[in-house]
Amino acid sequence: MSTYKVRAGDGRFISMTADEIRRDLIEGSEDAADRGGIPPLEENEIDRLLDLFLDQAGVVGVQIGNQVVSTQDGGDHRINADAGSCGLALAIGRIQELHLHERAFGQDTIELGHIDYSYKAVRPIVAQEQSYVEHALLTTTSPLMYGAMPNLGLYYAPDGPYANPSDLLPAGKVKEALAAQEEASLHAQRDIVYVGTRLADSGLDAMNLDTSGSAGDADFLASLNAAEELKAKRPDLGIEMGMASEFVLGMHGRLSYKGERLAGMYPHDQVRMAEAAGVDVFGPVVNTNTRRSTPWNVARAVCFVKACVQAANIPIHANVGMGVGGIPVLDTPSLDAVSRASVAMVEIARVDGL
Amino acid sequence: MPIAHSVVSGMGGMRTAGDLVARMQFTQKMRISEAKAYVANKLKVSAQDLSDVAVMREVREELGFGVVLGIPGDPKGMEAKARIAEVLDIRINCVERLKRRGRA
Repeated sequence: MSTYKVRAGDGRFISMTADEIRRDLIEGSEDAADRGGIPPLEENEIDRLLDLFLDQAGVVGVQIGNQVVSTQDGGDHRINADAGSCGLALAIGRIQELHLHERAFGQDTIELGHIDYSYKAVRPIVAQEQSYVEHALLTTTSPLMYGAMPNLGLYYAPDGPYANPSDLLPAGKVKEALAAQEEASLHAQRDIVYVGTRLADSGLDAMNLDTSGSAGDADFLASLNAAEELKAKRPDLGIEMGMASEFVLGMHGRLSYKGERLAGMYPHDQVRMAEAAGVDVFGPVVNTNTRRSTPWNVARAVCFVKACVQAANIPIHANVGMGVGGIPVLDTPSLDAVSRASVAMVEIARVDGL
Repeated sequence: MPIAHSVVSGMGGMRTAGDLVARMQFTQKMRISEAKAYVANKLKVSAQDLSDVAVMREVREELGFGVVLGIPGDPKGMEAKARIAEVLDIRINCVERLKRRGRA
């Protein structure tokens, strides 16, 4: 029986028959449907995915006319940051990197960010970042975004002013653990709004609240509240909210936004919260399982994101990078895997961008 | 990674009209089809033309939107964005800031 080369979730090539690939596609879709309480992919969509994986071309692409726009996370860091940020560590300036992304790499938007990529770290040096934004805006044409993470973990001991819930909970100090998260969330909100208003005053086009929810529901709440406050203060500042994972972890468990509990939300519910906060573009994340095949992971990711796209009234830019959106967990991802996930997101999930 | 997506499914940024369609998403919350239709109408081209470098190279040069090639005298940066804001009838924050400062 003929076999086809596909990638495992850790990036290695594996061989599968057409029947095995179809089985994994169906199982991946059903896993998402079961967890999210959403419809599985339809048979014609499974057929289209199967065609993508049976096509043994090194790179595949969307049909002419189906192209979408792209935003980024990490922005200029992919060139000057080290491998810890999946970067090249090349000795090149940040503004030059933006020019390369715009003029050489064909990017639809460009993104500036501080090397720490956390709003807490940006706050004390925001004047420096304003200067870079102002210089960049003079010489670039594409929409300029500024990206960083709420990164609530930085607000807990030993890095921040609040007691660490991960220490408090095992000690049975539940009330203290909940209070620490609530205080940290408000602190992060203040930092994001401070940075956002200053950068908006420099003429920035849009902010990227990237990896929202990485420290759980209090982290997601900080992003939502910050987006709402920023939109009230600077309505012309665009806001993209990218998520950290497919599922909002209930590290607190009782936090709500607009009367809805955040813990346990999947992308099709997360986007409703983002919309309510005034977010302009939402970036759902679906995590990759390294023990399953790329067909399983892509089908699962597309099923989640399709439901998010259908629930949304704002543009959806799916996260399709290392370890998310069906891409293997490998910091030098293969074009064959990336291109299949990219096509599937555009032509089956019907995203507005990546 | 972004280059891979750009080749596989991206509009192409300033090579085509990707930056213009992206602006409609961020300033007006437009979904991709609506954003393409809006920009195509303003530029008097088809939605499919927006991803076509052969068409968009000429359109961008004619309208002064800036192109990826280094052409002396061709609008770049703020100059190009001022033209984009005018033709697309949108507010671009740094252009608005320049207008405010210019009047001061």
